Amino acid sequence: MKKTYKIEVDCANCANLMENAARKTTGVQNATVNFMTQKMIVEFEEGNQPESVMANVQKACKKVEPDCEIYL
Amino acid sequence: MQEWIINGLLAVVTLLALVLQAIGTKPSAGMTKKQKKMLWRILAASALLLVLQLLGTGVFAPLGAAGRWVRLVVYLVDYGIVGHDILRKAGKGIRNGRVFDENFLMAVATLGALALAVYENGDYLEAIAVMLFYQVGEWFQSYAVGKSRRNITELMDIRPDYANLEQDGKVERVDPDEVAVGTVILVQPGEKVPIDGVVTEGSSSLNTAALTGESLPREVKAGDEIISGCINMTGLLRVRTTKEFGESTVSKILDLVENATSRKSRSEDFISRFAQIYTPAVCYAALALAVLPPLVRLFLLGLDAGWEIWVYRALTFLVASCPCALVISVPLSFFAGIGGASKAGVLVKGSNYLETLSKTRVVVFDKTGTLTQGVFEVNGIHHNEMDDARLVEYAALAESASSHPISKSLQRAYGREIDRSRVTDVQEISGNGVTAKVDGIPVAVGNDKLMDRLGVTYIPCHSVGTILHIAIKGKYAGHIVISDRIKPHSKQAIEALRAAGVQKIVMLTGDADKVARQVAETLGVDQVYSQLLPADKVDKVEALLADNAGSNAKLAFVGDGINDAPVLGRADIGIAMGAMGSDAAIEAADVVLMDDDPLQISKAIKISRKCLGIVYQNITFAIGIKLLCLVLVAFGVANMWLAVFADVGVMILAVLNAIRALFVKNL
Repeated sequence: MKKTYKIEVDCANCANLMENAARKTTGVQNATVNFMTQKMIVEFEEGNQPESVMANVQKACKKVEPDCEIYL
Repeated sequence: MQEWIINGLLAVVTLLALVLQAIGTKPSAGMTKKQKKMLWRILAASALLLVLQLLGTGVFAPLGAAGRWVRLVVYLVDYGIVGHDILRKAGKGIRNGRVFDENFLMAVATLGALALAVYENGDYLEAIAVMLFYQVGEWFQSYAVGKSRRNITELMDIRPDYANLEQDGKVERVDPDEVAVGTVILVQPGEKVPIDGVVTEGSSSLNTAALTGESLPREVKAGDEIISGCINMTGLLRVRTTKEFGESTVSKILDLVENATSRKSRSEDFISRFAQIYTPAVCYAALALAVLPPLVRLFLLGLDAGWEIWVYRALTFLVASCPCALVISVPLSFFAGIGGASKAGVLVKGSNYLETLSKTRVVVFDKTGTLTQGVFEVNGIHHNEMDDARLVEYAALAESASSHPISKSLQRAYGREIDRSRVTDVQEISGNGVTAKVDGIPVAVGNDKLMDRLGVTYIPCHSVGTILHIAIKGKYAGHIVISDRIKPHSKQAIEALRAAGVQKIVMLTGDADKVARQVAETLGVDQVYSQLLPADKVDKVEALLADNAGSNAKLAFVGDGINDAPVLGRADIGIAMGAMGSDAAIEAADVVLMDDDPLQISKAIKISRKCLGIVYQNITFAIGIKLLCLVLVAFGVANMWLAVFADVGVMILAVLNAIRALFVKNL
């Protein structure tokens, strides 16, 4: 399953850091952060609830970039 | 003298912050809440600092011994106002195991400078000013990036928010996702076409700029196909949808644009690896600078250690070393390059492809649909005695029963409704042609073999293409040449490619050798391979890739996305043209040209060159200035002021340079 989330991030490098953090989160098959359109596209592994996975993704992103925002 | 410069600088920052704050109240300025808050902090901190500077240290003298500590507290408050978030982020970074980042560098450098100042009861100004100017730089960077990012996304904002349904004479807005195929929707002037469909009623001009980068409006009338994402400019249209929203052009394009950039270029990898090594390295270098020279002086040279000098130099070294300019500007350049390209109607799927595109030296074209229209047209009528139009009419009527592309092109050339009742006794002779009676007159339309079979003497044709001989009442009446048309910009496109540094241009086609050679000659293509099956095309591309192996030059394959998927995947970079509606192309290609115009290919290459050029400029410029500063600092030539200006200045210049990649109009 694939879902798109609106995000807020100030710098292109932070977007890359968020992307890497999201990819390493369990339950995430693949993640793309588009800085230009301020979107995060997350592909979930099967059998995972997007809500619970996204909570972890958000936590992981806040770790690498405290200023970022993901609108769930 | 220095006093005056510093006061002047603080006054300028205060004033600037005030002015910007005033501008920020207007919504058109596009300042985010975060930026406004930061601006207030900068304003407060610089104003307080300016007041303290103007009052001088004298005001604290009457307080006696306590004066020193009151002064420290006031300055610390100021430091807190401007830099508390950096300290917090640095602390978080350490806790999360990401020790060495720019927040850490800044926190250590300014706290160290403060501690040194406390120890000497000296100048707190420097540490606070470093933090202040660093924040000013960050603010400008964030504002400039945010503003240009919004500019580009507004242009690419093609997502329709609603579709209009007409029910009982009333117009109702619904989610485009809920509109079933075959529903008639209403598109008012000024609205975006939400779903692909066919116009059933009305006529209008459409603005397709967001899709194709083409500024010329496209005219549509009842019966025309219409693609989603265009803006209806003049008239009211009723459109019968032919696809679901999720399958419509606009959804596919948005999906492509939003999914782009997931693949990282080598330059970006280089920078992230560089930062991983660089930041710890400069931290250790700074530590060594603080400790080693004093120890050497103390024990080997027998001199005074001079700890303050060396610790100060080490802290300055940290300020100067901040890698923000690189870390921020390189990914930004790629984002801007991809954004600028999509504005021009060139969708690039990732920054690695932008990098590959810039190294393209060999371009392989598929012929049909890429260099030629892919639509067969009547291109000539020769040796006829009757009117051209009449001859075409006879041929079109005789062929009217056939669904062959040739028959379609005859019907198009005829241009009027076919009246089937005029045609009788249709006989199709496989591989030869058709005989029929039109208005009772026997007509034969076909190739040489048909004429031979009927015993009609015909005049062979020198033109390239499909030749249709026509015999009326058993007498030769002339022939019609039907061929694929070369696109109007094809020749120009090939020339532009050569001008852009492409060394070899190859054309592959499944078409007959004679046709292929003629097209190749007209266009000035270097090599041509004809009568290829799709699998042969892959072999040819592989052979060309093998020729290229070992060199840095890359091979691009350009196709129209039909039957080309395997070749698009095999080439270094696959470019699909005329993406409208072709799913296979969007899937298989690395670069998608929204337009059918082959001129876009050289434009895409130029955009990639410009973007990569900016990346290299930024890398060399930033690393060069950094190294120079570090050397100056280590030898004690530069102080902390110079270090922070070098850092912030390089960052702002690099960011402005990166944003330049957005502007691709005049390439």
